[in-house]
Amino acid sequence: MVQSVEQIERVDRRVPLVLGGKSFHEVTEAIAAPIEGRTPKLWWIIFSAAVTLLGILVASTGYLFYEGTGIWGLNNPAGWGWAIVNFVFWVGIGHAGTLISAILFLFRQKWRTSINRFAEAMTLFAVACALLFPTIHVGRVWLLYYVFPIPNQMQMWPQFRSPLLWDVFAVTIYGTVSLLFWYVGLIPDLATMRDRAKSALGRMLYGFFSLGWRGSNRHWQHYEVAYLILAGLATPLVLSVHSIVSFDFATSVIPGWHTTIFPPYFVAGAIFSGFGMVLTLMIIARWAFKLEHIMTMRHLENMAKITLLTGTMVGYAYGIEFFIAWYSGNQFEQFTFISRMFGPYSWAYWTMVSCNVFIPQLLWFRKIRTNVKVLFVISIFVNIGMWFERFVIVATSLTRDFLPSSWAYYSPTIWDVAALVGSFGLFFTLFLLFLRFLPMIAVAEIKGVLPQANPHHGHTPHAEESHAGATPAPAEAKE
Amino acid sequence: MANKLYGALAEFETPHAIFEACKKVRDAGFKYWDSHTPFPVHGLDGAMGMKRSKLPFIVLVMALTGAIGGFGLQTWTSVVDYPWVVSGKPYFSWPAFIPVTFELGVLFGALGAVFGMLGLNKLPQLYHSLFRSKRFERFSDDKFFISIEERDPKFDKAKTVAFLEEIGSTNVELIDE
Repeated sequence: MVQSVEQIERVDRRVPLVLGGKSFHEVTEAIAAPIEGRTPKLWWIIFSAAVTLLGILVASTGYLFYEGTGIWGLNNPAGWGWAIVNFVFWVGIGHAGTLISAILFLFRQKWRTSINRFAEAMTLFAVACALLFPTIHVGRVWLLYYVFPIPNQMQMWPQFRSPLLWDVFAVTIYGTVSLLFWYVGLIPDLATMRDRAKSALGRMLYGFFSLGWRGSNRHWQHYEVAYLILAGLATPLVLSVHSIVSFDFATSVIPGWHTTIFPPYFVAGAIFSGFGMVLTLMIIARWAFKLEHIMTMRHLENMAKITLLTGTMVGYAYGIEFFIAWYSGNQFEQFTFISRMFGPYSWAYWTMVSCNVFIPQLLWFRKIRTNVKVLFVISIFVNIGMWFERFVIVATSLTRDFLPSSWAYYSPTIWDVAALVGSFGLFFTLFLLFLRFLPMIAVAEIKGVLPQANPHHGHTPHAEESHAGATPAPAEAKE
Repeated sequence: MANKLYGALAEFETPHAIFEACKKVRDAGFKYWDSHTPFPVHGLDGAMGMKRSKLPFIVLVMALTGAIGGFGLQTWTSVVDYPWVVSGKPYFSWPAFIPVTFELGVLFGALGAVFGMLGLNKLPQLYHSLFRSKRFERFSDDKFFISIEERDPKFDKAKTVAFLEEIGSTNVELIDE
């Protein structure tokens, strides 16, 4: 027999996953409240800001299609500018969701249940933003179908030896699998929303998308197997996706890019940036929707610990890059790294190191990990730092490669800025719609980790009522 | 048609109650019955005497199809249909084909898992007789149910209702088809 959550909790001497001894019904009510209640004013304010930014994205993309990629700050050595920086930034953020939902699931880290839906949604929307950038960067978007292996008028096939094509497959498949994973997790919760819906439209829409789910145990059996398999498939997938993204750089011969450390370094950075973004969003959402008893301090602290771990791994990678550049004896490699630190982009480099390596070290202290406001500020720094990391990689290597005669300085134009800012609009618009219309916490999963969910809990026919007495008092309640 | 019986629906209050009740329904020898819970209750598969899911085999076949198909596609397009030298690499530069092979294996495996699960569960099924019950709406909140179908050879209106009450149900109702 598998250990009950209660037993695991007792062994770990940790606080319960859901505070306040909630009953099943109270959990349903708490999670459904943000959807069923009136739309908060704050939501409208942020939503209108997000839609405005989305409008900027639409306008700037429209102008890009009309005029071409010349409106961006790209120049001859720097053929990859902010578009690629933004692409790697967003796809990196997209990695935390699957890490939380798949890898932590396989490791039986039950604390993930409060945040996995949330993080998966974030993944999905981040991948949507990520896919946008290479799409618009190709210039002639109407010829985008060349990247797919479908017969075209040139009678040619895509070039399967190119990492850029691997990227097309990796990122689109990652988006698809993340969507499937997210949707499968949503089905039982959509059924909950269907059964609670008051309006005919709500009943119809939630009813349609919950596929007629009726909680049958014969269904749950296949469902749980499907979920486990999806987690098992998504785990190598998430590691492969950012490895393949790093191949875009690592398989080229540009100094600073052509290194074997790139795949693990990129994966660590992706998880780092993703956790930064999850923390940012979570801290806002748990405050705005009063979900502190479900997204507890323990969740924040665990997230902070993973952020610290991956941030330190990123810092280690920065150090090893330098060491290998020196140790290789390759003068171009050495020059690139010296110039990162002290060259024309040194301001970006030091921003990156401060945000990604120095500031997260504060998370060693428990006082800081459990201080929501400080944690929020640190998470913002992580987001900024990881954007700068990709900028440093793209800009420093491209603008100062082998021949001094081909050096240049790359700076963005207003349209680069518009595309980045606009992509945040797309992200937040989708995310706010998610918060308003879908259960942001996996209702069924949360119920499954409550102590009284265990059929052997208490061994009395009225275990639910008596569970408060049966649960050991939390050894170290933090909130 | 209007009054044809679908079966009996029994309500339970706790995971413990439904767990014990399922064992009794299983031992009573019913075939066409099911339990409905807000979340998967641990050990209920065993208590209901269910067999293992066949889904892993479906996923295995699908994932292999995706991977082999993907590798075949790349090999055929690069070696047979339009051989073209890129970066001085051989036509059959198979290591370069591995990333896409892997990704397509994962894609097909995931599609197999989701659609295989839906297929085995016969979902989507937007209408079901159980949805006639107002009380059944709480299966997705905090109540636990056992349904026994009328077509089960052991089903007997009066006896089955009595049986369900005896094994701890707090409310038993009969559902029309």
